[in-house]
Amino acid sequence: MEKVLTRNIGADLKPTGLNAYEANGGYQGLRKALAELSPKDCQDVISASNLRGRGGAGFPTGMKWSFVPMGDRCTPGHKYLVCNADEMEPGAFKDRLLMEYDPHQLIEGMILSAYTIGADISYIFIRGEYVVAIQRLRDALAECYAAGYLGDNILGSGFSLKMYVHPSAGRYICGEETALINALEGKRANPRAKPPFPQVSGLWGRPTIVNNVETLCNISHIIYRGADWFNSLGVGEDSGTKMFGVSGRVKNPGCWELPMGTPIREIIEDHAGGMQEGLQLKGFLPGGGSTDFLTHEHLDLAMDYNVIGKAGSRMGTGTMIILDDQTCPVGMVLNLIRFFAHESCGFCTPCRDGLPWSRQVLEDIESGHGQAEDLETLAYQIGYIGAIGNTHCALAPGAMEPLQSALKYFRDDFDRHISGGCCPYHTTRGA
Amino acid sequence: MNDAQMIQTDLDSVLSAEELREIDAELSHVPYKSGAAIDALKIVQARRGWISDQCLQAIAKYLDMSAEELEGIATFYNLIYRRPVGKKVILFCDSVSCWICGCDSIKQKITDVLGVDYGQTTEDNEYSLIPVPCLGACDRAPVMMVGDDLVTHIDEAKIDELFADKTNNSGGNT
Amino acid sequence: MPTIYIDDQALEVAQGENILEACLNAGMDLPYFCWHPAMGSIGSCRQCALVQYQNEEDTKGRIVMGCMTPVTEGARFSLSADNAGEFREAVVESLMLNHPHDCPVCGEGGECHLQDMTVMVGHRDRRYTGKKNTHRNQYLGPLIHHEMNRCITCYRCERYYRDYAGGKDLAAQASHDHVYFGRHEEGVLQSEFSGNLVEVCPTGVFTDKPFLKHYSRKWDLQSAPSICSGCAVGCNIAPGERYGRLKRVHNRYNHEVNGYFLCDRGRFGSGYINSDARLDYAGIKKPDGSFMAVHQQQAIDTAVGWIKNKKVAGIGSPRASLEANYLLRELVGAANFVPGFSDREAAILSTIVRTLKTTTAANPSIKQMEAADAILILGEDVTNTAPRVALGLRQSVRNKAFELAAQMGLPQWQDAAVRNLAQDQRSPMIIVSAMDTRLDDVASQCISLPADDIAAFGYGVAKALSGEKMDDEAVNQVADILFAANSPLVISGTSMLHEGIINSAVAVAEQLHTSGKSSMLSLCVAESNSLGLALLVDDGQSDRAASIPKLAKRASKLDAVIILENTLERRGASGEIQQLFDADSKVISMDILENTTLGNSDLVLPAASYAESQGTLVSSEGRAQRYFPVYQPSAERLPSWQWLLKLAAGCECSELAELEYFDQVVAACANSQPALAQLVDVAPLRDYRNQGLKIPRQTHRYSGRTAMNAGVSVHEPQQPKDTQSPLAFSMEGLNRDEPASLIPYVWSPGWNSNQSLQKFQAEVDGPLKGGTSGAHLISSDGLGAVQPQVSVTANLKPHQWHLVPVHRVHGSDEMSINTDEVAELAGRPFIAIGEKLAEKLGVVEGDGLLVTQHKAEFSLEVKILSRVAKNCVGFSAGYSETLELQPGDLVTLVKDESWVYPTPTMIATDRGAAHV
Ligand SMILES: Cc1cc2nc3c(=O)[nH]c(=O)nc-3n(C[C@H](O)[C@H](O)[C@H](O)COP(=O)(O)O)c2cc1C
Ligand code: SF4
Ligand code: FES
Repeated sequence: MEKVLTRNIGADLKPTGLNAYEANGGYQGLRKALAELSPKDCQDVISASNLRGRGGAGFPTGMKWSFVPMGDRCTPGHKYLVCNADEMEPGAFKDRLLMEYDPHQLIEGMILSAYTIGADISYIFIRGEYVVAIQRLRDALAECYAAGYLGDNILGSGFSLKMYVHPSAGRYICGEETALINALEGKRANPRAKPPFPQVSGLWGRPTIVNNVETLCNISHIIYRGADWFNSLGVGEDSGTKMFGVSGRVKNPGCWELPMGTPIREIIEDHAGGMQEGLQLKGFLPGGGSTDFLTHEHLDLAMDYNVIGKAGSRMGTGTMIILDDQTCPVGMVLNLIRFFAHESCGFCTPCRDGLPWSRQVLEDIESGHGQAEDLETLAYQIGYIGAIGNTHCALAPGAMEPLQSALKYFRDDFDRHISGGCCPYHTTRGA
Repeated sequence: MNDAQMIQTDLDSVLSAEELREIDAELSHVPYKSGAAIDALKIVQARRGWISDQCLQAIAKYLDMSAEELEGIATFYNLIYRRPVGKKVILFCDSVSCWICGCDSIKQKITDVLGVDYGQTTEDNEYSLIPVPCLGACDRAPVMMVGDDLVTHIDEAKIDELFADKTNNSGGNT
Repeated sequence: MPTIYIDDQALEVAQGENILEACLNAGMDLPYFCWHPAMGSIGSCRQCALVQYQNEEDTKGRIVMGCMTPVTEGARFSLSADNAGEFREAVVESLMLNHPHDCPVCGEGGECHLQDMTVMVGHRDRRYTGKKNTHRNQYLGPLIHHEMNRCITCYRCERYYRDYAGGKDLAAQASHDHVYFGRHEEGVLQSEFSGNLVEVCPTGVFTDKPFLKHYSRKWDLQSAPSICSGCAVGCNIAPGERYGRLKRVHNRYNHEVNGYFLCDRGRFGSGYINSDARLDYAGIKKPDGSFMAVHQQQAIDTAVGWIKNKKVAGIGSPRASLEANYLLRELVGAANFVPGFSDREAAILSTIVRTLKTTTAANPSIKQMEAADAILILGEDVTNTAPRVALGLRQSVRNKAFELAAQMGLPQWQDAAVRNLAQDQRSPMIIVSAMDTRLDDVASQCISLPADDIAAFGYGVAKALSGEKMDDEAVNQVADILFAANSPLVISGTSMLHEGIINSAVAVAEQLHTSGKSSMLSLCVAESNSLGLALLVDDGQSDRAASIPKLAKRASKLDAVIILENTLERRGASGEIQQLFDADSKVISMDILENTTLGNSDLVLPAASYAESQGTLVSSEGRAQRYFPVYQPSAERLPSWQWLLKLAAGCECSELAELEYFDQVVAACANSQPALAQLVDVAPLRDYRNQGLKIPRQTHRYSGRTAMNAGVSVHEPQQPKDTQSPLAFSMEGLNRDEPASLIPYVWSPGWNSNQSLQKFQAEVDGPLKGGTSGAHLISSDGLGAVQPQVSVTANLKPHQWHLVPVHRVHGSDEMSINTDEVAELAGRPFIAIGEKLAEKLGVVEGDGLLVTQHKAEFSLEVKILSRVAKNCVGFSAGYSETLELQPGDLVTLVKDESWVYPTPTMIATDRGAAHV
């Protein structure tokens, strides 16, 4: 299969500098666009490519960009492009790779995206713990300014763009695009209500596009090689390739670029090498910590947005977390709910006060103090916290996804905790 | 000079020239001074390890904000420390993949070796132990950061190795 | 008007509103917390959930937040659907996880919005078994008590305090379920509007601290519709009493004036009514200078003996009711009546009255000011002289944001979104003042000029508006800004006691009209009835003749002088006033608190406070409003108007002697002057009945009526009868659908908190069902106010400093300063100087300065200002220690080397010394 996003990432895991990047065709997409394509042309190519956002929600990128007011429709002032490199979802570890090893690919994609939407200022909002990536991006930006890829009048095209790396002060909610915008404004990162969407009123009240790292990494390739080429990369319904990852107790956890639509079984068994000795697969979260569990019956599904959606889960970030048969599903869900309860921004009631309540019920069950009614309470909480629209943003519904599917697939385990008065897995793994 | 006056003058001299220079650089690309609030906190923390009340007030004053507004921001974020921390902060990932791979017992091991629990700093002020949400290195779980270094595939042996000096004297210490 | 369907019931709703508003307007009980009619929606509490359906076929629907969902034609909702009800209950259940279980003993109980909503959603049984989060409370000053454990994190406090009122020292801190609302460290809340937190908080996190010291339940308070006497804005208040003590003051909604909010002087400044300095009995001065207490009748007989068929003069008061002033004027005859202003103030007020009667500009209500899209303020620190107006002006500058939002189709109530969109873009507000003002932070431009130059600047703007090009570019710019606006507003006032400034403001407003603009002109006056009194004595000509000094000079030719609620030493001319007291004529004074004038009088009569009497006050807007007694005056006190009627009866003063009822006094007063004719429309007459019933001052749950007095007498006392008004001192009657001026408190079934107000509003955030309160006395003939076009520029000499009065919400007002908490906040008198001058004089904040004025020398504490005009220094205005200092006086300054640094005195706080 053709490597696109990872083509500069060799087995030696050496970061790609500007020379190496250019030597392998880097900045050709940018040169082509600035020389030959209008922003509208670029927009059309991206729309035609059917690229969907890799940040979790899978929103079509071309459509998202089309909401940005262009030309006369836009009041005078800045427009912004923001790269979402927050990557704090439990189990997600793909953007780190792309930024650490090929920073220029992201930067080129961002310059092209900014050109398309008419942005003149751009930010890479990156989680503060990614110290290596931050440094490499900063180095790469310096190279770009020196080489004329950034700054005023880029490559003589008349298009100008500034780009800054903005390390976050750390909170999962900063990954939510409107919370991210508040963080960039130096405020508390509470999400904003939508509408108005950031495309019309975002950073500093100006039109703003927020895209995921991986989404943006695709842009230069699509512009350079065209929508048809990109469409042909996927093996299922969706176009392009995707960074898929597997973590948990498999033989060879890791992250690989594979065609969209690659079957789950192939990812887990071929690439991740299957389960570690003595363990059986019990279930998995296909797209990170805020997606619903799937199990054996879903192993042959293709990793496509709609396919996974129909199976009752979400593609999310495409990085799977594997639950093995000797790990307690209640403990795993408790771990996730703890995370989400702690990372709640504290703005809306169901999330702020509801998640700690779920956490407490799960703690009771996991520690053997659960009551039969607790499962009803959990079901009640799922209805209360879990529906999109019940809360101000998608954090809380995301938090409920593993819980609700765990109750569906691993109900037994919950019952055994309650009836046995202890965690049945305690004997097989540490507390 | 009365108290209020003293605090005023002192606040102006709290931040160092380099800190101010770095904050100014951030200010150059935000439309409102308060827009650089988080950056300023990080700049000062990078030098001092944490944000004291006095630093917070000084930064707020420099950015034309009230201490309350800046406090609201400082206390919102996980990586701004409003209490002193050790020379190195151990950001210990206890999120799902690391948990599946046994981070709980590793955490216990660290606590045994260093004698500190979450939120605590070793007696010699070398390390503070803080939990962190998923570090985005789940394929190498369990992981943690010690200062700026990512430590992967941690097991008990690795802990012993990392904190060898502590292991030796921890018995005596505790 | 779109039609929407709620539970299949068709509702015609107003375009642009949200579903929560639509439901409340339709009388439906949809619970909410974070939404506030004045502050809009943010969607944080998730309490106002209902189900929205795609169409008629959709039976499942999805949950939406009422406050975040705009009405659209044909939209279908259900309030009663099971899932909506379950969701709302779940919200309360989770809010209750960490909430204390102390409703029966919690101070908010009985008027707690959370309590109401909990009952409304039907939440009863607790399922959560975990530990509760607890918080530490902070010391927030003498006014506000902090009880964070009650917090339900609705963000209303922060949004009110910061976004609405512009306060900086209260903010949300921390995150997830640890969010905390407070200060960075303990300390006094700095906003002049902090008290509204008490009413904005849906639980009891921020409560009225003085009230807590003498606490009663809301339902045990006896309340009456009243008018704040703290300044001339005329905010409507609902004071509450029990056991003969004024317990607290709550806001009383007036759509056009104060809306939902008061300033802290208004809310907390009435403590003097309970003070020991209150006069209980009449007193006759004995030869040794002390007073002998006498009964009412004896006092009246004595007074009558001194005044009947004698030469008597009267001094009125801008802080007494119109009726009392009228009666005194009638009693002594117009020629012998002096309104009781200082001479300078009297002159300015008569200019103002003449202006208001002729100007082409509208004299706006606060509501109208909030619609202004450009504001010019000349010489007034509005936050400290007309506080509630300043809070309104903070909203006017948001019109720019609303304009931007409208361009995007974003409704105003989308509060956070509108703020994010506009960031700090504001409508222009230009402040021309001698020194910094508390609105500087939202002003587009602050210009520091000495008093004369402020006037010159104003005249300049007027000229520039007429097309003349002025030398000063700033003047031209301001003219351009005002001209470009749709509803420009010019504000000035009497606080600098500078007639030129007022005239220049009038000139700007008039010129705007001439240039084809509709303009608004608001002139702040000093006291609660300054304008009413000025109207009363205005005879269309200049009557600057009658003044206190002149009266004092001829005092020896008089037999007696009657002084109505006036502390003469606050009226300047101290020397002449002493003549008055030294003369042989008898001085009869009636007042509320002990003061120097009473001390100098021969007979003192204890007057009732506003809380124990009724009367009419005319606000700076020309709005006459009635206050009613909350409870009956105790001891031997009488309302001044009744004292005066009794004196009139004793003197057999024929017309007055026949008056018995307050209504009759009002009618007589209205008859006396065409300008006062509307007075009879201010409030319904005493025989008004609401469906045959009086309006109860007590709630229907008023408890202990039979036992309250058991310590004194075991016999159940009869409830006092109120023969003077439609209100009753009892719980019997009907408090619903009455005229707006008669609403004593708000309550509605299921709505025990102040949120029940919506049941009294014709529509959310709209006027009351009972119409507007009060009547406009002044209608302009619209011919245009003619203004002298004099323009003087300040004549500045080096080393001479012009005194500029610095007014303070806490400290400058005569009455409220007698409230412990206010006195503490007022601090010591001060001299305010700029940084440069401080450097030159070698002083820093807190040092002492010797201020020498032609008469005297003062040693005052230094305050440093951030912005100050050339040659100007400020002084604490209205503080008793600095009454001798007059605006415009020239002074010299030197450092006071022997200054003793005062240690802060704690008067009212409950804060331990360790915290100081
Ligand atoms: C709680 C929460 C956390 C999120 N975290 C991330 C993140 O770390 N990185 C990311 O790219 N998107 C994250 N998202 C999704 C973003 O809101 C947004 O949809 C995405 O950045 C859009 O980029 P895309 O269109 O390129 O996918 C998060 C969303 C939510 C609700
Ligand atoms: S769902 Fe959670 S994270 Fe999102 S706004 Fe509400 S409290 Fe904040
Ligand atoms: S009132 Fe609507 S969400 Fe709070």
